[in-house]
Amino acid sequence: MFKPRSLGFLVLTVLLGQPVSAELPSVDAIWQLIQLQQAEIETLKAKLQSQEQRLVEAADRLRTVSQTADQAASNQAEIAETRLMLESTVESVEAAVTTRSSTEMGGYGELHMNRTNQGDEIDFHRFVLFFNHAFSERLNFYSELEIEHSIAGEGQVGEVELEQAFIQWDYQAEQRAKMGLFLLPIGILNETHEPDTFYGVERNAIERNIIPATWWEAGVAFNGEISPGWGYDLAIHSGLNLLTGSESDPVGASRRSSLRSARQKVAEANADSLAYTARVSYSAIPGLQVRGAIQHQADITQGDDEGFGIDAIRANLFEVDINYSRDRVGLRALYARWMIDQGIERLNPGANRQLGWYLEPSYRLSPEVGFFARYGEYDLTAGQQATSDKRRQWDLGMNYWLHENVVLKFDLQRQDNETGKNRDGFNIGLGYSY
Amino acid sequence: MNFKVKTWRCLLPILMLLQAAPLLAATYITPTEFVATSFSAQPEQGLIWLKAPEQAMAVKLFGHRYAGLRLRYWRTDERTAWILDEIGKERMITMGIVVDQDQISRVAILEYRESRGGEIRHPFFTQQFVGASMDSKQDLSNPIDGISGATLSVRAVTNASRFALYLHDLVLSQSAEAKAPFTSQDSAQNTYAPGR
Repeated sequence: MFKPRSLGFLVLTVLLGQPVSAELPSVDAIWQLIQLQQAEIETLKAKLQSQEQRLVEAADRLRTVSQTADQAASNQAEIAETRLMLESTVESVEAAVTTRSSTEMGGYGELHMNRTNQGDEIDFHRFVLFFNHAFSERLNFYSELEIEHSIAGEGQVGEVELEQAFIQWDYQAEQRAKMGLFLLPIGILNETHEPDTFYGVERNAIERNIIPATWWEAGVAFNGEISPGWGYDLAIHSGLNLLTGSESDPVGASRRSSLRSARQKVAEANADSLAYTARVSYSAIPGLQVRGAIQHQADITQGDDEGFGIDAIRANLFEVDINYSRDRVGLRALYARWMIDQGIERLNPGANRQLGWYLEPSYRLSPEVGFFARYGEYDLTAGQQATSDKRRQWDLGMNYWLHENVVLKFDLQRQDNETGKNRDGFNIGLGYSY
Repeated sequence: MNFKVKTWRCLLPILMLLQAAPLLAATYITPTEFVATSFSAQPEQGLIWLKAPEQAMAVKLFGHRYAGLRLRYWRTDERTAWILDEIGKERMITMGIVVDQDQISRVAILEYRESRGGEIRHPFFTQQFVGASMDSKQDLSNPIDGISGATLSVRAVTNASRFALYLHDLVLSQSAEAKAPFTSQDSAQNTYAPGR
């Protein structure tokens, strides 16, 4: 094999004038040299191929990295998008869970068992449903529908009663006007009488008979804050009617002389003469509430539509109450007094003065258990000593709250009165509100 | 019909009262004002997600889950401010509560929507909470005297205060984890949307 590189070497040697014959390597040496060079060429070729291979691999890797980078950028955008979607979802969920229906319901109820010397009785006394609706933030409807004594209807002892149904307009912060059928702002129990909020199975006899709670009328009322801790209520509303239900003899029936029975309950009520109620309340000391109310009834015969020849009978009610609760100790006290025109003497002697008061200290042993004692007196015929029918009542008992709004009650009752119709015994109750 | 004369005689002072009402109207503090007046230095804003353990505590303290998935709060060192919503009797009450070193240092009623019990927003009521901490039974260390006829509203403020004390403790003890996602985005929007 003749290689160009060997020829070049030969030519170079001739040109340099070297004696060729003397210095020329042997054919073997040249052959060896050629073989060495050939091996080197092979090695170089292999290296070149290997490097080419690595270059290809590097290019592949570069492509992969580039693709990964693109993917990462795309993922980043997706993450940002997902974040926005999550944020939006959270906001929607939060809006959904914090938005309350504009129509809501609630209620309360109480089951009573009375065991006294006048008889033993068990009675689902009250089952009440509240339905409220918000027309707007400042215009609301409130209502209270009650079934008393479990069953109502002809010949039944119970009643279905609409105790509240009014529109309230919050025309200013802390200033409200209401129109419709509402509870009168008098006494402690009249407006707040959910069973878990007071001691004793039965509502106290003084507020029931003197105020007389629960008392609702139809009309217009305003209430609000005068200054921090001072509040007011003003109401113009339908009045009492002693002649309600009169048939032939209005004078003889004693039930008509009772103010409790004179409540017309806004049921086709005679609206000849209106009544006016005003109350001021003070509650600037935590735990203390002191209130005073006055009411003027223009004529509690409602103009004597039946023509019984009874002059207009005006009536005024004065009431003060204290509701105090400091840490574990509580005290409720109330005094109420009616001053009624002499005309009522024809209906019921002595009824021109009716008054009552009670004191109720209590002690909360724990959030679940509380004890109370109550002493009260009331007289529906205090105007005449001879016909006075003063009743004194002691109550002693406890509440056990199974939950803040579910209560079990027990009390001992001792009622003395001058008519001899004592009512002594004990009461057990279950009450709830929601 | 003399009652008509009497009606008008009675209506007159009421109309006068209506006229005077704007003067009597109470001003509520806005969330922004509440935060601004609760810190001497600019607070950092954080966000805490109400996950299963936090909601379990809400159930324990309020008697139900908290109506929300997360809560925004403001913080400087060991002082945190919270804006919490809770139902009183029927409507949401929005409260601002500041906790400093595990004690309540401020309670402010930002919005009160109930028709009764508005007295709870006055200092004579809210002052009772100042200095209260959480005892071992998770009750407030201070006895809170209520407002007659507003038992549920008083309970709402008491329970929200207990929840704020719990959240404060949580944020301080798990400071790093408590910084939930979106904090940087949220800090840009210093607004608060109260529940309806």
